[in-house]
Amino acid sequence: MLKDEDRIFTNLYGWGDAGLKGAKSRGDWSNTAKLLKLGHDEIVERIKASGLRGRGGAGFPTGLKWSFMPKEVGARPHYLVVNADESEPGTCKDRDIIRHEPHKLLEGCVVAGFAMRAHAAYIYIRGEFVNEARRLQSAIDEAYDAGLLGDNAAKSGWKFDIYLHRGAGAYICGEETALIESLEGKKGQPRLKPPFPAGAGLYGCPTTVNNVESIAVTPTILRRGPDWFSALGKEGNTGTKLFCISGHVNRPCNVEEEMGIPLRELIEKHAGGVRGGWDNLLAVIPGGSSTPLMPQSVCNTITMDFDALKEAGTGLGTAGVIVMDKSTDIVKAIARLSYFYKHESCGQCTPCREGTGWMWRMMDRLVRGDAEIHEIETLEQVTRQVEGHTICALGDAAAWPIQGLIKHFRPEIERRITAHRAASAVEAAE
Amino acid sequence: MSIDARIAENQPESFAFTSENEAEIKRIVAKYPKGRQASAVMPLLDLAQRQHDNWIPMAAIELIAKKLDMAEIRVLEVATFYTMFNLKPVGKYFLQACTTTPCWLRGSDNMMRCIKDRFGISSGETSACGRFSLLEVECLGACVNAPILQVNDDFYEDLDYASTGALLDALEADTPLPVGSVTGRSGSEATGGATSLSALKPAE
Repeated sequence: MLKDEDRIFTNLYGWGDAGLKGAKSRGDWSNTAKLLKLGHDEIVERIKASGLRGRGGAGFPTGLKWSFMPKEVGARPHYLVVNADESEPGTCKDRDIIRHEPHKLLEGCVVAGFAMRAHAAYIYIRGEFVNEARRLQSAIDEAYDAGLLGDNAAKSGWKFDIYLHRGAGAYICGEETALIESLEGKKGQPRLKPPFPAGAGLYGCPTTVNNVESIAVTPTILRRGPDWFSALGKEGNTGTKLFCISGHVNRPCNVEEEMGIPLRELIEKHAGGVRGGWDNLLAVIPGGSSTPLMPQSVCNTITMDFDALKEAGTGLGTAGVIVMDKSTDIVKAIARLSYFYKHESCGQCTPCREGTGWMWRMMDRLVRGDAEIHEIETLEQVTRQVEGHTICALGDAAAWPIQGLIKHFRPEIERRITAHRAASAVEAAE
Repeated sequence: MSIDARIAENQPESFAFTSENEAEIKRIVAKYPKGRQASAVMPLLDLAQRQHDNWIPMAAIELIAKKLDMAEIRVLEVATFYTMFNLKPVGKYFLQACTTTPCWLRGSDNMMRCIKDRFGISSGETSACGRFSLLEVECLGACVNAPILQVNDDFYEDLDYASTGALLDALEADTPLPVGSVTGRSGSEATGGATSLSALKPAE
């Protein structure tokens, strides 16, 4: 188990003061100017060396992403945009950073923004987090008053401003180009790529969009050194990670753990175990709703990191671990996710706009067993028609949970169809 | 008849921001580069909604379009795209119940049933007294404290049938409960004691 001294988010549960005084007592802002003295490119190199991979779901190497920003600032200013539109079902980690460790995020913005030669960051927070946004705004105000932001941020000689922007209820704005569109005052509909944001992002300027957790860990990585971070976890999957363990566990919680921790250990040590014991486990969705579920046989030995989960046909995603015990109506659990994606499709691409509705209606029938056996195959084929045929990954995210269900629980779906047919036959005979 | 079922039929003749909000608008617009004032459309819609009993009249859409030099249809398009903008009246207490899978696994059906038993309303409906509106919403992003009921700006967490009832009692009496977990959790730590950071917990 990860030791407390290796934990980055020491105020994760909000026991201490989230304000500037409390943050400073935890080491935040202690030598920001010195970190910036490393220089733009050296910061990028050190983040690369730490092995940090994006914490928002895709797991793209953070330092490498930063290195795509132009090395010279031309006529167009550079922007850092922080994705705080946390809405992936099963995920509630950024909320804790924002309300309990806001200064880690703000200092991270200064460091990351400086590394990519930006003078401004926009933090896009989901609209429902009203109280969290208030907390973050008050942290921003405090930082300005203390000279940590503004014309000479933390006495580094670098001008840096941070602006908070609230969303208004649209999961799709977690997609980076939809987020940029939304920030520009439009509907949140993803853009075609290329051009990538590093070339033309916010207001057509070079932009990098990073998840809250990715940005908030960077000052600590630089302070303690990339070697410290990369010594934790596994090769290619380094460091610590916030895990959210929800669903049928005895004690649902958020916890910071080492990457690569066995799933079973994570659930039993931190979440009080599966309700009714490990043998009562039916399936786990390991990384937020879009990652395909794993049946118990996989859960027994799987480790929680990008590569192991990818190999198992699923993903670490946001590390939002949704646990389901044997009392779960597994078809309904996934059908509810299909409804979610239908509701959240932005409507831009036909395969997603039409496909998510179609898949949900089909799933709704499968919950009752009101279908023909061959329709399972049709559904599977439709998921393949949606997957990879849309501008953004929402289509994929809608397809994967259904594919996981069919892969691992086809007998259960067939059982329902057979039972429904038998019941209908009895009804007809009466 | 209304042009869209989402938009109220009875509309006020006019809308104007209060002077405090006019000052706030100046602060908001200043966050964005010159010529990029359209970025302020969502904050301004939010401001209008907060000023106008939690719903946005068409007159406000027209006013915001004028203020930000946008076509009215672009503002309306934004107002209808994002689910948090109400274009028709809602009750004083706007109940947004999360029923997405993590909340459903933890019993959001019981929370919904409690609201139905109390007011006889389903998603999209307002109670007979007019003070409570219910909307089933998608993931609120507090899954380890599921199920969640958002009441206006505030999250109430770790609810079951009985505690939802107690929350509704308190709202009916206009004496809202403390925001957050109804089981006394301070945040997202495990019930009955956190498994990490305990050494750093300040003495009670």
